[in-house]
Amino acid sequence: MSRPILIIGIGNEYRSDDGAGLVVARELQAKKLPHILVTECSGDGAELMEMWKTAATAILIDAISSEAKAGAIYRLDALTQPIPASFSFPSTHAFGVAEALGLARALDQLPPCLMIYALEGKNFAAGSGLSLEVEQAVREVVAQVASEVQHILDVTNPRK
Amino acid sequence: MLSHSVKRVSRMKARTIKTDYLARVEGEGALYVKIKDAKVENVKLKIFEPPRFFEALLRGRAFSEAPDITARICGICPVAYQMSAVHAMEHALGVTVDGQLRALRRLLYCGEWIESHVLHVFMLHAPDFLGYPDVVRMAQDHPDIVQRALQLKKAGNAIVAFLGGREIHPVNVRVGGFYKVPAKQEFAQLAEKLKWGRDAALETVRWTAQLPFPDFEQDYEFIALRHPAEYPFNEGRLVSNKGLDIAVQEYEDHFEEQHVSYSNALHSVLKERGAYFVGPLARYNLNFDRLSPLAQEAARAAGLSPLCRNPFQSIIVRSVEVLYAFDEALRIIEQYERPEHPAIELQPRASTGYAITEAPRGILYHRYQLDDEGLILDAKIIPPTSQNQKTIENDLRHYVEQAIDLPDDQLTWQCEQAIRNYDPCISCATHFLKLHIERK
Repeated sequence: MSRPILIIGIGNEYRSDDGAGLVVARELQAKKLPHILVTECSGDGAELMEMWKTAATAILIDAISSEAKAGAIYRLDALTQPIPASFSFPSTHAFGVAEALGLARALDQLPPCLMIYALEGKNFAAGSGLSLEVEQAVREVVAQVASEVQHILDVTNPRK
Repeated sequence: MLSHSVKRVSRMKARTIKTDYLARVEGEGALYVKIKDAKVENVKLKIFEPPRFFEALLRGRAFSEAPDITARICGICPVAYQMSAVHAMEHALGVTVDGQLRALRRLLYCGEWIESHVLHVFMLHAPDFLGYPDVVRMAQDHPDIVQRALQLKKAGNAIVAFLGGREIHPVNVRVGGFYKVPAKQEFAQLAEKLKWGRDAALETVRWTAQLPFPDFEQDYEFIALRHPAEYPFNEGRLVSNKGLDIAVQEYEDHFEEQHVSYSNALHSVLKERGAYFVGPLARYNLNFDRLSPLAQEAARAAGLSPLCRNPFQSIIVRSVEVLYAFDEALRIIEQYERPEHPAIELQPRASTGYAITEAPRGILYHRYQLDDEGLILDAKIIPPTSQNQKTIENDLRHYVEQAIDLPDDQLTWQCEQAIRNYDPCISCATHFLKLHIERK
């Protein structure tokens, strides 16, 4: 496997639970997993499209608001599964995650493999710090992404 | 597809139109329009929460922290917040950043204008004119146009990343100048991108010029900075087309924020005359003669005169400003000589400082009061979107009256398009709101 797995933590740490994606990214960075490239994005759609343009595998992590229970975790294969209509990726960008996915699909600019981990947020008001449920969800997502990364590496570089 | 045809509707019918979510604006917002007996009875726009949290957060912080903290108010115009913050602090501390450092700040602002305007022109506003519900559908039919838009935005981002150190929330800006300044030869690659961008921007002006525009003009009071020699970014007096001509520190003597009972937002008004209009159309109308010759020529070729009062044609004006920004950026790069120091020295003192700079959406006012150690005692930040709210409501009132016979879904869409004329940035809104048009 030549290209590292791209992990993009999306969010705004000054909008409470909207910082969840960034926290996950930072914790994954700290784990020093092999063959990954961790980066952060505020959610600007054009920036996202540029980031994943040359990736073979990309994993996005972002908070959502879908009126589900706070701390709920969703994993989506962006190439095969539509984003549920109820998902809202709160952001200060009108052209954000969902729009970037749609536009990249229309322009044939999605990477060959794109997974999305969405965490249901509780509080998106101005402020810093995560609510308890989202803190718990962050720990689970870090573990899930680390496991997924290991699985991808095992599949692409099977040990003899 | 969007149609401007008029269908007959019973004039006696009471109507309520609801739109759940104002799409293609920065943040969340909503509009409520009440029509009774074919007359607009009420218009309520609830789209902007001023950054009060950040004003409180700034208290007790060092003056040097203001650019980095305020940059996080908005993801699409952090440079604007940084520029208003540094200029207000420098005003308070009695220093002037001049020469090449001043030029670099204009260059940074060029980058932000490009990325913000291009995003709005193509991703948020153009779909309205072509009858598409969103840019994704538009991209399916016009992939080349959208691809060019993405490349143009990337060119704007490249300026901000190169000079600001990061595409979003630049880290290289500080009170007094920058942390690092580039060597002249480092600009070469960026310059090549911007030359492509300038040509593509000229094409964009021509493209927006041929979009279909509703016939709608109002007698606005346009307000913008005006500088003796330049199209304004960071400096100038605050002027209008109806006699306003003040220094920026006099802003609060002439403007006030009124609480509106139905909204969390405050409406900014001129004490003497009420609603006013800031942003690209205001800048253009008050500073046409300051545009570069290339930009002036492009505007005229697009069918614009130096005075434009149709807010729907703001999409052409934004394109002209994108062209100007590329032109100005290349001029600055060509004339650049690396300054000896990346920033000038400052000494804290008890003081109050004021600044207004031209964010992509219009004038952005900052005022800070400092103690003798340079800690912030008090801050006031008035963004452009909150200053346009009353004018947006007035526009909607007049526009709906003109289009009152349209069926609800078409009328709703055109109301949204009218709101998007102002490229409102409602990122500080913290709650979802709806568009309701109530007909009775």
